[in-house]
Amino acid sequence: MQIFHNPNYDFVRWRYHALVLSWIVILAGLVTIWQRGIPKGVEFSGGSIVIVKFNQEPPDSQRIRAALDAAMPGSGQNSIINTYGDANLHQVMIRVPIVGEESGTNLSKTADAVVVALNKSGLGPIEEACKPGMAASCVAGREIVGPIVGKQLTRQGTLATVLALAGILLYVAFRFQWSFAVGAVVATVHDLLVTFAFLAFFRYDLSLNVIAALLTITGYSVNDTIVIFDRVRENLRGMRRDNIDHVVNVAVNQTLGRTVLTAGTTLISVLALFFFGGEVLHGFAFTMLVGVIVGTYSSVFIAAAIVIIWQGFVKRPGRLATTPAPGPTPAKARRPARRRAS
Amino acid sequence: MYKNLRWKLLTVVSVFVILFTPGIYPLLAQKYHLPIPGWLAAKQLKLGLDLKGGVHLVLRVQTDDALRIHTTTTSEQLREALKTAGINVSSVKVDPSAPTRFRIEGVPADRDAEFRRLTDDQTATEYDRNAGAGGSYDFTMKPNIANNMADQAVTQALQTIDRRVNELGVAEPNISRYGQSNDEILVQLPGISDVARAKEIISNTAILELKIVEAGSAATQEALLQNYGGKVPDDMEVVQGSAAAGEGGFYLVRKVAAVTGQDLRNAKPTIDENNQPAVAFSLTNDGSRKFGKVTGENVGRLLAIILDHRVISAPRIEQKITTDGRIHGSFTTEQVNDLSLVLKTGALPAGLTYLEERVIGPTLGQDSIRSGVLASVIGLVTIMVFLLVYYKLAGVNAVFALICNLVILIGLMAYFGATMTLPGIAGFVLTMGMGVDSNVLIFERIKEELAAQRGVRAAVNAGFGRVFWTLLDTHVASLISAAFLFQFGTGPIRGFAMTLTLGLLANLFTSIFVSKTLFEFELSRRTAATTLSI
Repeated sequence: MQIFHNPNYDFVRWRYHALVLSWIVILAGLVTIWQRGIPKGVEFSGGSIVIVKFNQEPPDSQRIRAALDAAMPGSGQNSIINTYGDANLHQVMIRVPIVGEESGTNLSKTADAVVVALNKSGLGPIEEACKPGMAASCVAGREIVGPIVGKQLTRQGTLATVLALAGILLYVAFRFQWSFAVGAVVATVHDLLVTFAFLAFFRYDLSLNVIAALLTITGYSVNDTIVIFDRVRENLRGMRRDNIDHVVNVAVNQTLGRTVLTAGTTLISVLALFFFGGEVLHGFAFTMLVGVIVGTYSSVFIAAAIVIIWQGFVKRPGRLATTPAPGPTPAKARRPARRRAS
Repeated sequence: MYKNLRWKLLTVVSVFVILFTPGIYPLLAQKYHLPIPGWLAAKQLKLGLDLKGGVHLVLRVQTDDALRIHTTTTSEQLREALKTAGINVSSVKVDPSAPTRFRIEGVPADRDAEFRRLTDDQTATEYDRNAGAGGSYDFTMKPNIANNMADQAVTQALQTIDRRVNELGVAEPNISRYGQSNDEILVQLPGISDVARAKEIISNTAILELKIVEAGSAATQEALLQNYGGKVPDDMEVVQGSAAAGEGGFYLVRKVAAVTGQDLRNAKPTIDENNQPAVAFSLTNDGSRKFGKVTGENVGRLLAIILDHRVISAPRIEQKITTDGRIHGSFTTEQVNDLSLVLKTGALPAGLTYLEERVIGPTLGQDSIRSGVLASVIGLVTIMVFLLVYYKLAGVNAVFALICNLVILIGLMAYFGATMTLPGIAGFVLTMGMGVDSNVLIFERIKEELAAQRGVRAAVNAGFGRVFWTLLDTHVASLISAAFLFQFGTGPIRGFAMTLTLGLLANLFTSIFVSKTLFEFELSRRTAATTLSI
């Protein structure tokens, strides 16, 4: 079976259109973030803890999330819900983010809102406060809680990511050329920005799960880009007289089958997470969904385009061919490249 | 025609079995109540707070401690300054009931103006001064300063706890501020086995001071002060020996410490010349200079090693010591391990008390975990079916390589004691994605080679040969970024990097070695291979 038979689409023709499109999305995302800010999950912003003691087996956490969502949109997937204390006490701890100042009045407001939300969806009736010997479900405790991920952790995480990108830049520059390294890193940053934009458009909170997804996307994007670059490098040895546009386009077409298959299979698992993974995984799955699509797009239209544009500026064709990159021997490399290029 | 095929197959099978044992078998054993040896159960994959729950601790930081220390220091500095200026006061005392207040009594009336000027210079930014009757003055810390200082103490305690929990090897704890009174800290630890030890390590204040001994040890305080007319000199203090460390009695030591815990660069367990467990420490550059000066001037005298205001031991200074030293005492190995851990991670600015301890369920919720696992299985199975349909018999290779990848990854994670969390599973998804990608890359290349009318064997060889470099580049680039994330990231980012690294290694092995061996095995059973089901 084969998806494409000798595909020969002119991808590089669209490079400037792609750059414009990406800029539009990124700028729109930045404007949205600038206006509304990135909503931060309870791990980053802190919030309130409400401990509810049920008079019977507590409801599933997904029912509680649904109840929270119905009353306060978006709060369900960003809450942390777990059993608290011994199982036969039927106590559930609900950690919800609060917006604005963390103060006494806001605390009681958020806690009240949680109780109202639970009562409204038929998980109650829940009394405002537990008293000794009370038979009904009741609120056993409420407290303010600070962010789990402090400023220091955020700073360190950002530093780690920037250094990781720098590491990739150096490695690709070492194995390929500077233009490729810049292309790969710009494409990765592009993917992160576009994903951020989509998170802002669809109002997903920044949670630890979303951060994990963003890191995953970084890896995916680099992987995808390097696969195409690798083919470009291989073709450069056999196609010294062709101009770079053509060489890149041939490489993209040669790897098209693989690109579609890989993106497709990854999308299958991400879609499964999105549809069957429950509400907690929504943010994660959504981020991955956007990231995989954008990562695939950027390898072809951003990374490759930057290599072409960069080479266009440098205009020293002799340099291309003499890159001392270890790889398959040139004699072997030449043959399939020529055949396909025709 | 394929050399060493038997050995290759044997390698594949043994790697599979070796990693299946710690990774998958304990999970199956738990589910189907199979027998499992104790060492294997201890080695099995740990689950994080989000997947399994753990302990929920609430601590109160005794911010008064930190305030009292500051007030004491300020009052002592002021005493020194007054002495230098020749203003004789009758007493300087910290109020025992209020950690933010100290009182100076008996200021001579003729030096009053000078006293006010001096105290203005020294304390006006932090303390309010109130004049009382008969030349007495009360100094009270300004409320905003006190609040800041208390807040700082809580932040510092939070960071110290974070470092200690990380050093303990507990993956991905939740540590945050808690409550409205602003002095509580919430610590949630994933299902660790020894909660008591963790609690002790977290709340160990670990204030280390090394001070020159002026007299002692003596059995009673009176005996100790015999030569000093029964009074503690102003620049000295009496410290009790730690009974736990086998140091009875009292010591008279200098008030100013030669070095403190803040001068430590590192601390680690070691064994002393009598084969007893001890703690070796090394000092920062600044600390070395201070320590060298003090020990150089006091060769032959005793140096008291004081931990949390108790003398642990008081060895004789044999020669000038600069960078390294050792703390002896009658320690057990575990005590030495714990002591080096808390010394290395720094002292707490104030004492801690535990307010609450509860067992908590998984923070994702049991049902959320179920749907998450279900979704992952659906995704994985769909991909496998797709590979089988699209690549036919070669798809079997890919599916086997994928399963092998999964087994190796889970096994490695269990072996290295990694903790499985949801962000960790994200690293998992990427690995699986790259695993499929590697196979797709190889198979597509083999198809290309076949289309170029190569023989089947040549096509398979060329496919693997070419793609090897691609795989190497993609994996090394990812490994480099994972290394940075692990080195400079904390908490969940480290967890992600760890899973990713192990996954990438598993993937390189399965796609390059396992998959190729399977192809070779398949082709070796046919005499004339002219077609390939791919």
